[in-house]
Formats: sequence, structure tokens, C-alpha cells
Amino acid sequence: MGQYGWSLPVAASSYAGSIDFGLGLIHAAMLGIFVLWGAFFIYLLVKYRARPGVAAQREEHGSGSKGELKSLIPDIVIMTFEIALIVFYAIPVWSKIKANVPDVKDPVRVEVIGEQFGWSIHYAGPDGKLGPRKIDLVHFSNPIGLDRSDPASADDVVMGNEMRLPVNKTVLIDLMSKDVIHSFFIPEFRIKQDAVPGLKIPMWITPTKTGKFEITCAQLCGFAHSLMRGDVHVQTQEEFDAWYKSRLATIPAAAAASNPSEDF
Amino acid sequence: MSHDEHGHHKLTFWEKYIFSVDHKVIGLQYLITSFVFLLVGFGLMMLMRWQLAFPGTPIPFFGNLFPADLAPNGVMSGEFYNALGAMHGTIMVFLGVVPLAVGAYGNYVLPLQIGAPDMAFPRMNMMSYWLYLPGGALMLSSFLMPGGAAQSGWTSYPPLSIINPGQTLWLLSMVILITSSLLGAINFLVTTINMRAPGMSLWRMPVFCWAQFVTAVLLLLAFPPLEAASVLQLMDRVFHTSFYMPKDLVILGKAYAGSGGGQPLLWQHLFWFLAHPEVYVLVLPPMGIVAEIIANNTRKPLHGYKTMVFSMVAIGVMSFLVWAHHMFISGMSPALGNFFLVTTMIISVPSVAILTCLIFSLKGASIRYNVPMLFALAFLPLFGIGGLTGLPLGLTVTDIYLHDTYYVIGHFHFVVVTGSIIALMGGTYHWFPKWFGRKMNDTLGLIHFWGSTASMVGIFLPMLFMGLAGASRRLYDPTAQLHNLPVQGWNVVSTISAYLLALFQLPFIYNFFNSLFNGEKTPENPWQATTLEWACPSPPPHGNFAKTPRVYRGPYEYSVPGRKTDFWMQTDPS
Repeated sequence: MGQYGWSLPVAASSYAGSIDFGLGLIHAAMLGIFVLWGAFFIYLLVKYRARPGVAAQREEHGSGSKGELKSLIPDIVIMTFEIALIVFYAIPVWSKIKANVPDVKDPVRVEVIGEQFGWSIHYAGPDGKLGPRKIDLVHFSNPIGLDRSDPASADDVVMGNEMRLPVNKTVLIDLMSKDVIHSFFIPEFRIKQDAVPGLKIPMWITPTKTGKFEITCAQLCGFAHSLMRGDVHVQTQEEFDAWYKSRLATIPAAAAASNPSEDF
Repeated sequence: MSHDEHGHHKLTFWEKYIFSVDHKVIGLQYLITSFVFLLVGFGLMMLMRWQLAFPGTPIPFFGNLFPADLAPNGVMSGEFYNALGAMHGTIMVFLGVVPLAVGAYGNYVLPLQIGAPDMAFPRMNMMSYWLYLPGGALMLSSFLMPGGAAQSGWTSYPPLSIINPGQTLWLLSMVILITSSLLGAINFLVTTINMRAPGMSLWRMPVFCWAQFVTAVLLLLAFPPLEAASVLQLMDRVFHTSFYMPKDLVILGKAYAGSGGGQPLLWQHLFWFLAHPEVYVLVLPPMGIVAEIIANNTRKPLHGYKTMVFSMVAIGVMSFLVWAHHMFISGMSPALGNFFLVTTMIISVPSVAILTCLIFSLKGASIRYNVPMLFALAFLPLFGIGGLTGLPLGLTVTDIYLHDTYYVIGHFHFVVVTGSIIALMGGTYHWFPKWFGRKMNDTLGLIHFWGSTASMVGIFLPMLFMGLAGASRRLYDPTAQLHNLPVQGWNVVSTISAYLLALFQLPFIYNFFNSLFNGEKTPENPWQATTLEWACPSPPPHGNFAKTPRVYRGPYEYSVPGRKTDFWMQTDPS
């Protein structure tokens, strides 16, 4: 609970810092603009209140007049600020976070599948290959329809509403949905992405802090939308590996497949 | 019984007040109806706000009036909450603010301000209203259908909207409402182009007329795609086509029967292609009202009249190029995000220009602080907050975090409520003497003004804080998610402020109806204004002007040196 408060939650991913930088910068600028305008506004309201014997002053008119040009100053200031934000901040950071997936060696590979009202997390396992899924295998006991007979599925683990990740290691996620649009949101990682049925959307995270964080759904998905949540546990690599092994051991097919005598 | 007298047809009660073709009666019909819809939409929201502040507790007083499937034991269900949410948004936008801004103010004031005897197509005007009212009634009646009203948000994203109950009536009603708006838009355009009085050149039109003109263009071009999109969604629902439904859907453990092959994002593109220009439909006419009130009460010409008009036109054009900034994280190509980021920043330029002009108009003024002027002045900083908070949402990177949080709700309510609705309320105080020949009470007006603005800020400012803490919108029970717990107190503040806002509308409602009969009687031009609506009797008779007015000058000739009075009417030949 310590990570939540009245303002932004703790920053726990590699790019959370750069998003927070933008939020801080823009809000400082907004506050500055509002205070300056507000002060000028109140000054005008007081100075130019109607007083007996004082008539209103008409300004010089016509385009290109001094008054006309002066009123462009706020626009020029704001425009310059916005251009700087776009060129030096928004486009480069956006291309790093969303437009590209980093090319890392040995990432954790995961599929996240949303449904009414929960998240399934499907790990590719040490072989780095996600086992194939088939719609006719979908069943209460196999919500994502994973085909266990395929060798790629042998070391795969599927979790419901619980995600575990090793700290400081990049996770590549394919985001999908079985039914309606959901949105995968982890406030501490500053990541949000809609999960759209029919699309496979790539995203990535590098968690930088260990601890327990919250996965929620940020897109209205039905009557129990607010209950669609899960936890992310960020652990050390050793803890993660031990946990993964213990999960694998609970799956009979996977246990058999990890037997060295069998070839895959 | 009707009979002809000197070629004049004496109107029956029905012809005069119900199926009227007079733009003024239709304007007032729109005014009353849209204010009622605003109240209904507000009422739905007050129920939701109870659930948000005190989740899981029975709704006081009203809880047991609802059927058990909507609110078992008086506690609102998730389905009912979602239905209230979808209907609140739909009613406020399509049945409240737009009909008030365009149908009421546009209808009544625009023909007067350009010196026309009526709208170009009076019968079509009547038809607009008589599509709007049944369309609205149909929308409300969906609460009575099995399964309740639409519950997929006012944005109605498929596939959720296809599988949820209530949506069919929503879509049918939208098709009717859009048709009504399209008829109105054509009427406004033709009226503005063809019906201006002699001497009323385009550059002599008041800013309000320009705002209505640009708005009509937006409605005409933006609504047809949504009408088509709604028909497609209706097909998906009723005839199980798959315009928006992809293949291999598994819904609550069962394979979806439709053929699949559709694309859910298509709806979002079509919807926002309408809904972003729609934001400017909500905002431009109120800006026009603010400009009229400010010019009148500063007793000087507006600063940068042409700059404001060009900015409105620029907003109109640009508003068709920004729609996908609602979709940065929707799953569309991230490369597109950069394009819409740039167009979004461009559209902020004319918006800032308009606000700048309005503020600079105060310089050198002799400000009369009457009730309409207070509303117009409050518009400036509060709408300013709405504009500024759009910045981190329009920026792709910061939108990753803020998208779909309460920050978005706070932002657009600052724009539409403390912006548009504040201006529209001010417009009522400003034009009431024209409509009824009487003035609204000032003391009640002041109570209404200060109470409303303060409680509006009390509702929406906490939403910005909740959004920054990561609280998502559209959550039936915000306390179900851990990260919302520390900011739950803001929900209580927001809810109490909403109930106060309701309380402060009572003086307004009483004032409106009481002033109809007991208000202080006013002359033709009580505000000493310059524009044409003040050059005819209050209320104007059928046909408006005794003889066609002639226009000699621009709209805001106040405080011209060497003249006896500080206002020089557009129709004054001297």
C-alpha cells in the first residue's frame, strides 16, 4: 500500500521516469500559464470596472496594428513550448515506448489475454516459444485454449490474474483479448494498452523495482469491469526461476516434457 | 375554429405553441426541452455519484423505488451503473448541450441577429424539433426495456456494445437524433447565407452568428459518418453481420455465433470522426455567447473580431484532423499517433487565440458587472483549465498514463460544464428580456452564479487529482482496486459538490418561471446593445421586424467618440 498516495504511484519501470518527467513539466507549465493569465485577468477586472465619468477606450483597429500583434504573444509562447515538447520529448519517447519493441537478448516472453473479467498470463518458458492456442480447446480448465500436445507448449505456464516478473529484465508481451476490448494498465509501470479482439498488440516492460503492483482493466468491459484486476509480483531472477520451476512441476504434461529423455 | 381575415390566417393554439413554424417558438421549445434533458442527465449522474462515493451502500430515499434487478436492496448493480453512465453521457451531449446551444440559442437568436423574418425553411425547422423530441423520448424509454438501457458507455465501443443489452434502442434513437441535427444544420447554413438583411455583410455579422455558422458546417459534415456507423452497428446487433466483430470471439466461455472478420477499431475511427468535431459543436456557440455578452458589457468593440472569426473557421477545419488523439493506445499503429499529436497541438493555437482576444477585450473597458457578464467572465478561467488539462492528454507519451483515467473526465467536464454550460446559463440571463420582455431577478441570479461555479469546481477539480493517482473512469466500485483507495476521499468531495450544484439550480428554475410572470418589465433594448435582435420588440412578433431592417455598420460599435450614447446600433442610420 505504501506505493499509492495522493499523487502518482511509485515509478517501477524503466520508462516510468520519462513519463513522469513529462507530466511534471507540463503541469508546471500549465500552472505557470494559469497563474500568469489569472493575475492579468484579475488586474483587468479591477482596473477597468465601470466608474462614473470614465468611458471605455476603443483600441486602434485593423490588422497589423500594435494591439493586434500583442495579442499574438501568448499564442507564440505556447506554440513554441508545444513544438519543443513534440520534437524533443513526445516523438522520441513515444517511439521508444510504443512504436518500437527493444531488441534484447533473452527476454521474458509472455502473452497476456484479457476476457470478461480477468487476465490470463501465458509464459513462453525457457524455450522462448509460445505454445499454439486453439479456439476449440477453450475450456474452464484451459481458458486460453493452449494446445498442450504441441512441443512449444511443453514449458509454458498459464496464470490467472497473477503475473510474476524478474526485476531489471525486459518482458515482451503480446496483448490480446478473447471477447471485448480491455485495457492492460499497471499504474506503477506507467503502461497502458488496449487489448483488442482480433489484434495481437506488442508491448514491453522492464520492471526496475521489486514488490507487488496492481494490474487493472482501464477500458469498460461489462458489469464487473471494476473487479477485473490482478497482481504483478516483481522478484529477483532467482526467486522468479524457482517460482517458475515450481509452477511447471504442477503441470503433468509439462513435467513429462521436461524429462531429458524425451527430445524437443 | 379558424377563419381568414385580410388574408391572415389566425393560428390555433396547436399551430402557435405546439406545431409552430416560428423560429422563436421552436427556439423556446428547444430551450425548455433541452434544459429538462440536462436535468435528467444530471439526475442520473447524481445516482452514480452516490455509488462512487459510498460504494455498496443503499441509495438514500430513491433506492427502494428501483426494481430489484437494477438495485437489489436499494444498492445499485453494476449493470445499472453502466446504463446510467452511458445514458448520462448520451443525454448530456446529444439531448442537452447541443440542442440548447444550437437548437435553442441558434434558432431564436441567429435569425434576429442577421435581420431575417424567420429561418429559411420554417417547416423543416419544426421537423428538426419534432424528430429531436421523440428521439429523446425513445432514448429515455430504453430504461424500461428488458435488460435496461444501453450500458457500453456513450462511446459504444464494439464488441461490448454488440453483446450488451439496451444498445438497439440507443442506435435507433441516435439515427433519429442525427437526422434532426442534419436538418437543423442545413437550415442554419441556408439562413445565414441567404437571409441576411440588406447591409449585413459577412464581416458585419456578430461573432455568435459566425459560431453558429461554423457549427452548422461541422454538424453537416461530421454527423453522416456516425449515422452510417450506427446503422452498421445496428446490422451487427440485429442481423448478426460482422462489420465490427472479429473472428474467433469467445464470450463468457461460448464461441460467438457471428461469422467474424470485422474490425472493432473501425467503429472507433468513425465514432471519433464525429465526436471530436462534436466537442467544438459543444464549445463554439457558447464562445459566441460569451463574445456577445463581453462586447455588450465592456462597452467597447471586441478585441480582434476578425482574429476570432478566422480562429473559429480554423478550428472547424482542423477539428476533422484530430479525431484519433482519442485512440493513441487503442491499438492503432503507433506511427499514426505522431500525426495526430501534431494536428492536436496545431488546433490549440486558434483556441488560445480566441481566449486571448476575449481577455484582451477587457483592456480599456468599462466593465458592467451584471449577472450575464459574471457568467461570461467565469467562462474564461474555467474553460482555460479545461483547455490546459487537454495538453497532457493530447501529448502521446503522457496520455499513456492518463488515458481513461478520471483526469479525462475532469478535463472534458471543465470544458463542457464550466465552459459551455456556464456560458449557456449566462445566455439565458442575457436574452431573457428579449424572449419575454421581462428581466430575471438579480439576487437569485447571483446566488445561482456563485453557488454553481463553486460547486462545479468542487466536482471536477478532485477528478484531476484522482486521475493523476491513476484512478480509472467507468469503475462501478472504485474501491475494488488498491491504488484507488488513498484518493477515495476525493470521490466524496466530488459527490457532495454535485448535490450542492443541484441545490443551487433551484433558484435558477424558480427565477426563470417566476420572472416569466412577475419579472421587471424591460424595454426593447435593456442592455443598450448594438446588434439587431435588440432592434425589434420584446418579444418579437411573428415576422420579427416591422419592416426589413437595414444594416449600416459592424456589430460592436460601442463608445464611439463624439456620439451622445455609448452604443451605436447596427440599424441606426445617423
